Amino acid sequence: MEEFKPTPMKKKYLTPVVIALAVLAVNGFLFLLARFVFGIGAVTNLDNQHPWGIWIGLDVAAGVALAAGGFTTAALGHIMHKDQYHAIIRPALLTAALGYTFVAVSVMIDLGRPYFIWHPLIMWNGSSVLFEVGICVMIYLVVLYIEFLPIVTERFIGRVNLPGVLKRINNPLDKLLRILDKGLEKTMFIFIIAGVVLSCLHQSSLGTLMVIAGPKMHPLWQTPILPLLFLLSAVSLGFPMVIFESLITSRSFGLKPEIHILSNLGSMVAPLLGIYLAFKIGDMMIRGTFVYLTTITTASVMYTIELLFGVIIPLRMFMSRQVAKSPIGLLIASFLVIFGVFLNRLNNFLVAYTPPYEVHSYFPSIGEISVTVGFIAFEILLFRLAVMIFPIVSVPEMSTQRTKYSVKGGAR
Amino acid sequence: MGNQSRRDFLKTAALVGTTVTGFSSKTKAAPKNILSEDRMGVLVDTTVCIGCRKCEWVCKIAHNLETPTIETYDDRSVLKNMRRPNDKALTVVNEYQNTDQEKFPINVKVQCMHCDHPACVSACIVGALSKQENGSVIWDTDKCIGCRYCMVACPFQIPAFEFDKALKPDIKKCDFCFERTKEGKIPACTEICPVEAITYGRREDLVKAAHQKIKNYPNRYINRVYGESEVGGTSWIYLTNKEFEKLDFPKLGKDPAPGVSEAIQHGIFAYFVPPVALYALLGGVMWINKNRKKTENETEK
Repeated sequence: MEEFKPTPMKKKYLTPVVIALAVLAVNGFLFLLARFVFGIGAVTNLDNQHPWGIWIGLDVAAGVALAAGGFTTAALGHIMHKDQYHAIIRPALLTAALGYTFVAVSVMIDLGRPYFIWHPLIMWNGSSVLFEVGICVMIYLVVLYIEFLPIVTERFIGRVNLPGVLKRINNPLDKLLRILDKGLEKTMFIFIIAGVVLSCLHQSSLGTLMVIAGPKMHPLWQTPILPLLFLLSAVSLGFPMVIFESLITSRSFGLKPEIHILSNLGSMVAPLLGIYLAFKIGDMMIRGTFVYLTTITTASVMYTIELLFGVIIPLRMFMSRQVAKSPIGLLIASFLVIFGVFLNRLNNFLVAYTPPYEVHSYFPSIGEISVTVGFIAFEILLFRLAVMIFPIVSVPEMSTQRTKYSVKGGAR
Repeated sequence: MGNQSRRDFLKTAALVGTTVTGFSSKTKAAPKNILSEDRMGVLVDTTVCIGCRKCEWVCKIAHNLETPTIETYDDRSVLKNMRRPNDKALTVVNEYQNTDQEKFPINVKVQCMHCDHPACVSACIVGALSKQENGSVIWDTDKCIGCRYCMVACPFQIPAFEFDKALKPDIKKCDFCFERTKEGKIPACTEICPVEAITYGRREDLVKAAHQKIKNYPNRYINRVYGESEVGGTSWIYLTNKEFEKLDFPKLGKDPAPGVSEAIQHGIFAYFVPPVALYALLGGVMWINKNRKKTENETEK
C-alpha cells in the first residue's frame, strides 16, 4: 500500500526566485526601518481621515483570512476524522502559523505605540470588537505553535546534536522533547478544538470590526451580517488556499502533485462558496443595495469584480469535473477564490471606507506597498526554509507506517 | 489518546473549553460610561458667532499647543477653506455663505461633540477613552496603544493622530477642558467667547433653552437642535438658520453609534454560551468520529 509520509525536502535553498524574493524582503525592511525612525506619517499615506491603510486592510485582515487553511483542514482531518487528508494538514498548519505570526507583526508595526502591544492583556474593554479580535488572535497564535510542536519533536528526538559548549545540554534537551511529545500526544485534541473555536470567533469578529464605522462605509459592504459573511468567506477560502499552496510546493520541489487528495478537497469548495454567495446576494436583495450597482463608481466596479471573479467564476469552475481533475484548472480556480477574498477584505477595509470631510482619497504609498510585499516575500522564504528543515510536505513512501499525526487523531 | 477514558476526555474538554473562552470573561471592567443627569454641555448658537477665532487661540493655550500670537487670528482669509480639527488644533471655526443675508456669514465652531454614547469609547481596545460623569469624553495616554480604531469609529471624524511622531504619538481631541473643569473653571473657549455664542451649562437645561430660543425667534432659527438626539445625543448642541447638512454636519441617525456593533458582539459572546457550546459540539463530533473509526478498524481486522 502506498502511504504518504511527511519528509524534509532536500534541495538547494537558493534559486533565482529565492534571491528575487530576498531582494523584495530587504527592500521592505528598509522602509520598515524608516517607519520606526521617522514615524508612521513619513512612510505611509495615512492621515486623520484615513486612519487605516493596507497594513491593516491587507496584512492583517486579508492575512487572517488567507491563513484560514489551518483551522479548516484541522476541522476536516482531526475533528471530522477524514484520515485521507492528513497529508495536507501540516503544510496548512505551517502556513497558518507563519501567516498569523506576520499578522501579529503587521499589527505591531501599524500601532502608533508598538511597545504597548501587551496592554490589551491587562486592560480590557469587553465592548471593543478589536479587543476580542486581538485576544483571540494572540491565543490562537500560541495554539498554532503548540500544534506545530509535534513536528519539531518528531524531527529532533534522538537527533539533538548541538556543537561545542552546547554539547552538555544535548541530553536534557532530548529528554525535554520526549516529555513534550508524550504530553502533547495526550492533550493535542484540546488545542485542535480550541484552535477551531478561536478561529471561528475572530474570523467573524474581523467582520464586526467595520460595523461601528456605520455610514462611513459604503452600503454595498456595510451590513449587520458582516461577521457571518467574513466567517463564510474564510471557511470557503481554506481549501482553495491549501490546494494552491500544495500545487506550488509540488512544482517548486519537483514532486508529483497529490492530485486525488486535492480534487477531493476541491469538490468541497463549491458548496461552501455557494453558501457564501447565497448570503451575499440575499443580503444585497434584502437591503436593496443593488441600486448602487446601476451606476459606474469605484465601489460598484470593485464590488462587481469581487463577486464575479472572486466567487461566481470559481464556483462554476469548482463544479466542473474536468477542472477538479486537472492541476492547472484547480490552480486557477483556487487562485480566483484567494483573489476574491483578498479583494473582499481590501474592499471592506479601504475601498468601502469613505470618511466625511475627505480631501483626497487614500492610495497606499510606495513605503506601505514595499513593506507589505516584503512581508509576503519573507513569509515565502520562511515557508521554504521550514519545509526543508521539518517533515511537513508528504512524499509517497512504500510502507504501512502511519504518520505521527494520524496516531494523534486516535486511529490506532 | 487511545487509552484515555471517555469520561476523562469530556472532563478535560469541558475544563479547557471554559478556560480558553473564559479568559476574556472578566471583561466587565468596561470603560466608565456613566450618564449623570447633571452632565454638562455646550449650546452653540451659530447665528451669534462672529468667527473671531479667539476660541481657537485660547484652546491651544489651554492645551499647551503651539500657536502664533492672538493678533494673527484677526486674519479672516483662513476662513475661505473648510478646515477640520487635527492634532495641532483641537477646535476650528468654519465660515459658510448665508443666502438670506449675505453680509452675515454663518460661522460654525467644530470640535469633539462629546457623545452620550461615544463610539470611540466603545471601540477603544484598551479602554483608553472614557465618558466622564461631567459629560466629557477623555483620553488616557497611559493606556493608548495607538491603534487608531477610535478614528475609524467616530461618526464625526474627530480624533486625530500625531502621524509625524515616531515615539509616543498621541490621539488628540477636545477634552472639554477636563483639567479646568476639575478645578471649577469653565472650558477655555466658553470663557473667552466675546459674543457668548457658546454657552456652558447642564445639558438638560441647554436643550430646554435651545427650544425656548427657537420658540421665541422662529424666524431666526430652523426648528431643529443638532445633537439633541443625533447618535443618541451629544453634549455639544447646535442652533442654526440653515440646514445642518449644508453646514457640513454629518447626517446621522438617532441610534447610538456603537449600538449595532455592541449588539453583535454581545450576541456572539452572550455569557460565553456560544463559544463554549461550539467547543462542546466540536468535541462531541470529534469523539463520535474517533469511535466510529475505531469500530471500523476492529471490524476490518
